[in-house]
Amino acid sequence: MFTHIHNNQNLQKIIGLLIGIGFGFCLQKGGVTSYDTIIGQLLLTDFTVVKVMVSAMIVGMIGIHVMKSLNLIDFHTFKGSIGSSAIGGLIFGIGFALLGYCPGTVAGAIGQGQMDALLGGAVGILIGTGLFAHFYPVINEKILSIGQFPVETIPEFIHLPRWIVVLVCVIVLSGVLWFLQIQGL
Amino acid sequence: MLDLLFESHWSPYLAGAGIGLLLWCSFLFSNKPLGCSTAFSRTSGMIEGLVSPAKVKNKEYYKMFVPEIEWQWMMVLGIILGAFISSVLSGTFQISFIPQTFQAAFGDNILLRFLMALVGGIMMGLGARWSWGCTSGHGISGMAQLSLASLVAVMGFFIAGIGTAMIIFSW
Repeated sequence: MFTHIHNNQNLQKIIGLLIGIGFGFCLQKGGVTSYDTIIGQLLLTDFTVVKVMVSAMIVGMIGIHVMKSLNLIDFHTFKGSIGSSAIGGLIFGIGFALLGYCPGTVAGAIGQGQMDALLGGAVGILIGTGLFAHFYPVINEKILSIGQFPVETIPEFIHLPRWIVVLVCVIVLSGVLWFLQIQGL
Repeated sequence: MLDLLFESHWSPYLAGAGIGLLLWCSFLFSNKPLGCSTAFSRTSGMIEGLVSPAKVKNKEYYKMFVPEIEWQWMMVLGIILGAFISSVLSGTFQISFIPQTFQAAFGDNILLRFLMALVGGIMMGLGARWSWGCTSGHGISGMAQLSLASLVAVMGFFIAGIGTAMIIFSW
């Protein structure tokens, strides 16, 4: 629908910048650009990160599935695998706890003046992504293809229509938020 | 309404809903999911390219993710700016070297904090590219699309994250 906008590279850079400014603003106001909040989540003493993520999932999910059904947008999913999604996810998780930020919130933390995010975290992530690029041919051949998933999406995996799964997810995720709220977490 | 911009904290539900709306925008106007880690990968390639451009050109990975400034790179730059504007407006911007929780648990050794952040960053950079995404790419965009790969990756992020945090903070 917006193909002419999508193909205008310079305009895309401006749109990217604007979306990023909004993203950084929301992350900072939500308190998730703080090491204390993220570590609190991983120690299960502060559930701000889950609240922000789940709220974003609910709102995001409803909107993009409506837009997809109206043929306004395309989805971008791919087939994961145990070797890629599970192993990569676990490596990421260890880094998550040591660093106390993620690639998006590390940028936000830099913006609010955290020097450990800039000189430790961002430098580390650049080294890590560089290492991956270097070893990609070997990792790809030996590990990433292990246990390839048969399908790209959860609805295909459990053989249910997309909208049923969206509905169930929205109800369950809202339930999670409600539960955290009544527990005072 | 305008007061909201100057508040130091928003309800996490409001902040999350705002991010959800931005996800609509990025799909609609840019045909892209929100994600951050590829930008780090491209930057890493650009820096390496300053030293040995021929090597970078020949790397298989950089043929898929060309080291250049594009949409996502500008978005990550925007995150830095957005967080800066937000913290300045609320008067919470502050140059800091050690986060409070870290100081309470491990003392005020700046070198220790930087070292841990560096090692954590390296693992995170590796893991993010290994699983093709990060907390925003998988955690928000992928989950919103009901991606199976993202569900597995996010479970990995939190299982290893919670386990590791419990171990290092029980020292």
